[in-house]
Amino acid sequence: MTEGIFEGLLGLTAGLQMLFTIAGLKNMVMLLIGGTLIYLGVKKDVEPLLLVPIGFGCLLVNIPGSELMHQGIDIGAKQVLDAMGPAAPEALQRMAKDDTGFLRSIYNMGIANELFPLLIFIGIGAMTDFGPLLENPKILLFGAAGQCGIFLTLLLALAIGFPHLQAVSIAVIGACDGPTAIYVASQYAPELLGPISVAAYSYMALVPIIQPPIMKALTTEKERATPMPAVKRSVSGTTKLLFPIVVTVVTGLIAPKGLPLMGAIMLGNFMRECGAVTRLTKASENEIANIATLFLGVAIGATMGAEAFLKPTTLAIFALGFIAICLDTVVGVAFGKIWYTLSGGKMNPLIGAAGISAFPMAARVVQAQGQRYNKQNFLLMHAMGANCGGQIGSVAAAAVMLSVLKGLGLI
Amino acid sequence: MDKLTFGLTMMVVGIGGTFLTLAILIWSIQILKKLFPLSAEDGNKSNRG
Repeated sequence: MTEGIFEGLLGLTAGLQMLFTIAGLKNMVMLLIGGTLIYLGVKKDVEPLLLVPIGFGCLLVNIPGSELMHQGIDIGAKQVLDAMGPAAPEALQRMAKDDTGFLRSIYNMGIANELFPLLIFIGIGAMTDFGPLLENPKILLFGAAGQCGIFLTLLLALAIGFPHLQAVSIAVIGACDGPTAIYVASQYAPELLGPISVAAYSYMALVPIIQPPIMKALTTEKERATPMPAVKRSVSGTTKLLFPIVVTVVTGLIAPKGLPLMGAIMLGNFMRECGAVTRLTKASENEIANIATLFLGVAIGATMGAEAFLKPTTLAIFALGFIAICLDTVVGVAFGKIWYTLSGGKMNPLIGAAGISAFPMAARVVQAQGQRYNKQNFLLMHAMGANCGGQIGSVAAAAVMLSVLKGLGLI
Repeated sequence: MDKLTFGLTMMVVGIGGTFLTLAILIWSIQILKKLFPLSAEDGNKSNRG
């Protein structure tokens, strides 16, 4: 009996014993990383809605002995194995005894099949007023310029040795759009999903720190102080109602591989604008988006197992993500300068920095920087237009990218 | 396809395709605005809202 008690106590300390092995040290590092993400979310307000569940998912999966991401076998296959009896292969019999971990279930339910990012996109569409963009549609071009970082980063990722599809998934961090990055990575580089998602959301939160020095370095004081006229209301309700349908059809025809992304965001926006399904709109922007965000975050955190995350490629992904967002800003502001010159000094080039998808952070940064150099300047509505353009541009860029990949026969 | 060719193809077609898609959207929005201009009713709704 004494022996039984001793063995029982040993069983209780199994996790602790595993923590002090070589593999366990890696787990300890990941527990620290998970803790840091939670700290950043809770205390520093860095994308808390995502970083808190991601951090907690990371903790759950890195506790030694955790089986939360274990892939068991589905019920149908279990029945087949039972019917086969002892004739079934031993490895499959062993799998059949284990249940699928709950984080794996969440992952299979909404990340492996790209459902959660799309549900979040419906919510984003329901929350977004594209009015400022529709008032001055030409500003949508900033949304295209703001995506150039994606393609330049793709070249860099390929140059440092990433395979084609991994390079594409990493480059999409430059879309500054978490759900798009997750959507692409979950399909074409699921092994890099953890670092890509964390990098995408971290850099989105750091936009107010990353952008201003670049904006200042690329523009003169005179350019930064350029006043912009007030935005006059010129868009009818019918135009706002038809806009999501037109965007869906046009982008769907050009880049059908991106239709789930654009279709989801425009479905949400159509529900908002038609006003006939208020309950669905409210559910999309609140309950559905919140539940999807929670599951998405926890499941992404669960992909951050020590073996998958603690690799040199993770550092490379973070570096490339940072470069991508810097390049987006550089090209956006450069495009703004060209517009400034062509318009005879009527376009404030700072607005180019808002052509990314980080909404509404990028627009607020532009407003704050513009007012710093001209107190009478109100760039917010113009910047919001460019920022809406960035949201559409990021999805369009991803859609174009996926369709080109399909055209090249790589997916 | 080697990496350089792939990267350059993606860059040229990707940037070009994104600009083209958004340019078509701009054109579509302008047509929508011409077909459905802001009416007095829209203005009243806005004032009430």
